[in-house]
Amino acid sequence: MLMLIMRHELLLVMITVILLLVELFLPADRKQKIILPALILFGVVMILGFIPGPTGILFGGMYTTTPLTLLMKNILTIGVFIVFLQSVDWLKKEENREKISEYFLLLITTLIGMEYMLSSGDFLMFYIGLELATIPLAALAAFERFKEKSAEAGVKLIFISALSSGILLYGLSMIYGTAGTLYFDEVLNGINGAPLQILAFIFFFAGMAFKISIVPFHLWTADVYEGAPINITSYLSVISKGAAVMIFTILLYTVFSRITMMWKDVIYITSILTMTIGNLFAMRQRNLKRFLAFSSISQAGFIFLGIIGLSQLGMTTVIYFILVYIFSNLGAFGVVSVISNRTGKETIDDYDGLYRTNPKLSLTMMLALFSLAGIPPLAGFFGKFFLFAAAANQGLYILVFIAVLNTIISLYYYLLVVKAMFLNRSDQPIAYFKSDGYSRLGLALCVAGLVIIGLYSPIYEFINQFTFGIY
Amino acid sequence: MFDFSYTIWILLIPFFLFVLIGFWGNKFKPIVSGIVGCAGLLTSWILSLFTAYKYFFDVGKVDGVYEQIIGYHTLWLRFTDTLYIDLGVLIDPISVMMLIVVTTVSLMAHIYSTGYLKGQKGFMRFYSFLSLFTFAMLGLVVATNIFQMYIFWELVGVSSYLLIGFYYEKPSAVAAAKKAFIVTRFADLGFLIGILLLSYFTQTFDFLTLTSPTGPAIATPPAATFLGMSVLTWAMILIFMGGAGKSAMFPLHIWLPDAMEGPTPVSALIHAATMVVAGVYLVARLFPIYVTVPIALQVVAWVGAFSSLFAAVIACTQYDIKRVLAYSTMSQIGYMMCALGVSGLGGHEGLGYMASMFHLFTHAFFKALLFLCAGAIIHAVHSNYMYDMGGLRKYLPITHLTFLAACLAIAGIPPFAGFFSKDEILVAAYHHDTALFAIEYIVAGLTAFYMFRLYFGIFWGKKQDYHHPPHEAPLSMTIPLMFLALGAIFAGFIPFSHLVTSDRQILELETEWIIAIPSIVIALVGIGVAYVMYLKPTEIPKKIAHALRGFYTAAYHKFYIDELYLYITHRIIFNHISRPIAWFDRHIVDGSMNGISYVTNQASDKIKGFQSGQLQQYALVFVSGAILLALVFIYLWT
Repeated sequence: MLMLIMRHELLLVMITVILLLVELFLPADRKQKIILPALILFGVVMILGFIPGPTGILFGGMYTTTPLTLLMKNILTIGVFIVFLQSVDWLKKEENREKISEYFLLLITTLIGMEYMLSSGDFLMFYIGLELATIPLAALAAFERFKEKSAEAGVKLIFISALSSGILLYGLSMIYGTAGTLYFDEVLNGINGAPLQILAFIFFFAGMAFKISIVPFHLWTADVYEGAPINITSYLSVISKGAAVMIFTILLYTVFSRITMMWKDVIYITSILTMTIGNLFAMRQRNLKRFLAFSSISQAGFIFLGIIGLSQLGMTTVIYFILVYIFSNLGAFGVVSVISNRTGKETIDDYDGLYRTNPKLSLTMMLALFSLAGIPPLAGFFGKFFLFAAAANQGLYILVFIAVLNTIISLYYYLLVVKAMFLNRSDQPIAYFKSDGYSRLGLALCVAGLVIIGLYSPIYEFINQFTFGIY
Repeated sequence: MFDFSYTIWILLIPFFLFVLIGFWGNKFKPIVSGIVGCAGLLTSWILSLFTAYKYFFDVGKVDGVYEQIIGYHTLWLRFTDTLYIDLGVLIDPISVMMLIVVTTVSLMAHIYSTGYLKGQKGFMRFYSFLSLFTFAMLGLVVATNIFQMYIFWELVGVSSYLLIGFYYEKPSAVAAAKKAFIVTRFADLGFLIGILLLSYFTQTFDFLTLTSPTGPAIATPPAATFLGMSVLTWAMILIFMGGAGKSAMFPLHIWLPDAMEGPTPVSALIHAATMVVAGVYLVARLFPIYVTVPIALQVVAWVGAFSSLFAAVIACTQYDIKRVLAYSTMSQIGYMMCALGVSGLGGHEGLGYMASMFHLFTHAFFKALLFLCAGAIIHAVHSNYMYDMGGLRKYLPITHLTFLAACLAIAGIPPFAGFFSKDEILVAAYHHDTALFAIEYIVAGLTAFYMFRLYFGIFWGKKQDYHHPPHEAPLSMTIPLMFLALGAIFAGFIPFSHLVTSDRQILELETEWIIAIPSIVIALVGIGVAYVMYLKPTEIPKKIAHALRGFYTAAYHKFYIDELYLYITHRIIFNHISRPIAWFDRHIVDGSMNGISYVTNQASDKIKGFQSGQLQQYALVFVSGAILLALVFIYLWT
């Protein structure tokens, strides 16, 4: 029964084993057939995850599960499911057919990594999870290796992540050196704010900031996001980032709680930098993938506002915002992905007059962008609102003011895309096409999420009951 | 304790109907929307009846007092521990009564519309909006707190806007929809400020806390502060302003006659029985507070009384039958407001409150009936104007009889419903203030006169040569007529004083014949005058109109209130206030905004170079960023 504590990870491992075996015995011309069973299998696992089960500690404290981490894992699993739905159309392409199970395997492996990371009880486990979540992503970024940009993205990601892992490990080793242990519970008492520990914290922070793409550790983002296949980009910008933010917040609130006054300043400064620089870059982008990449950098800056809110309020708002952000960003990426797969068009100018030819896609995109920009009554509004409220609660009015200014700037560029779709006219608009059922299901999930989370407030209260006592 | 939590479905059903018909209605034949709508509303109606039965006759009464029960409750939005907004269902005598009124009239309007709008464009759109309206109205009446009421209050406004503008290809309908929306929005501004004042002062939105005798509003009233009146008085007057806007009280009534541009079932539902009485309901809901601020209550009484007289006079001069009914509605709502204004709390003092609610209830039946009859008449002769009608009693027998029943009810002839409720109002006014009583007494006579002017003009009067003989409406339209006629005839026998009273205890009443007989007499006089003047075409109306030239013309033009508004808005506000503000906005505000965006754009252009695409550079920035942060913070923190 103890194994039930680890059921999320074990179920995912089971899927990978099954997929691996099937892959071995499936003849080359029938590889496509694996998509539907794999999706169903994953869907079942997603639903099983919601069944309440035991929580507790395994392996002498290296692995812990709390109701909060279960909630986080469930949120991530939903996101991954939507990503899978959105990638089917792309996987069915001629050049990808042979690698379908690889795609599923690699992606699920990263998810396993993230879940171990979330459940880790010491820095070693945390680091293993982190790497397990990162390395397959480099392979995935280079998935279309016959394309120069995709290959380049893979290489860049692996190099930069190696660098950041190095720095992170350096930081961890200093923590070990000063605290004498790697267990979170014990490190907590060993942290006293000595200069060496500050250095260690900053290095640890740099490693996490790389995953969350916080300025100035974000430069890889644009190139990798642009070069990687679009579904990988959306995965990187939503799931991978979301998981990193979650574990980072937990660690800040628990392990580093003794030096809260110190890390608050780091978060404060990087939050402002990230919001502003992300926005300034996003304004000028014409390629939608790059555009969404920079906008997601700026969104990460906003999330920091919630982290700085401390207390239960901070934790709840961060998780709530990530949930909202998953639906909004996956909605936007989903539309871009569908259009890119069908027509190969990826720039804002290509979207001129899209509403006239593909009204449903345009409306979905509009809702997703409105939610990202934070327009009521969509979920994004409440997400931002609670983030600002959390920061304002700490008396950080200047930070909130800067964030509001940045929201206005972001509104400008989000609306540029909406304007292109609805107001601009074009001689050669993207012709009407009917997208595949999987993508439509994925997009429908996103739209439903956007609207329901916005209007149905008990979700916030629901998250709130799990975060109780974390701080 | 009986569990009332199912009552949430009374309003959720119309909401789901709205979603269902709105999104998927066009996949089916139009009539499917109608049937689904009717079936859904029927369910809500049955649930409401069940609730009323349970509440009034089974579990509601504890120790002789009807309890206020929170049937369903959920926390909707929580900002802080003190500032939070609930959504819920409050079950008490007036909300249960309103549930009956709203679902009954809405169900009738739903059934009636299947015939009235048959074959018209936008059939399913109509039904989805109708469901939305019903949802909003039900949410309003069951609100557990003033903020929920405000949310649904606005939703009612929106759905009313959509329904008035149903024939959106007609410019007059669009103008009417906008007018209704803007005027009521303006009034709602007062309402909102009132809510803010009240809740700031009392620290709560909750109705039960607000109206409890030990609550902050009643137990510890604030001292006079601003212009000689207390915060509470101001708040209540401002809240009444919102109610006056929705209930078309003078001077915020100008939208109601124009709103008749909407389809007739909409007029019957929204502008006769439900939305327009929201203001009365609002005052009744907050009545325990109003009683403690006599000035606000005086305002309510006099605004109500004046509106009722004012509208009755105008109604006598109009020819568009729907407009006559619209002014008549305004006049009758004035009655209800006035009755609230003269009421006290508890015992015989509370007679006005009970009378007002009673009149609201009976009025809903006969006024909805009158509108639906008018719809049947318009359906038959394709005109709204009295002078295109005449002698219709042979062609439209059912409509004729039901219309007559409604006219007798509104005129206050026993034993029709209106007699009982109107009589109570007159009694209440008589015991409170003779001047108010005199006004209401005159209005009673005027009401009888203009209603029978309509009746004789439409069904008797001169014979018309119709292009093709008018025919009776289909069954789908006459069934609601007959059902509502039953209400108009028999609703007066409901022992209202045992069910809905100001202190929720039984009020023993006896008919005061000293008031009742004169009120019957003046109604008969009104009918008699109308009989003489309009039974057959005569010259008398013209002579009278000529004799009262100036006054008649003014009344015919609705006392030029619309023109006054136009003058104030166009000449004064637009010219002298809006223009300078627009200039300021265009040059100063936009200018600075453009400046900011220029700077932002430039900055964006300048930093583009950072993103070179070279990995070495990225690594350099990465490492130097980490080191810089480390140096800065080690320096700062140690």
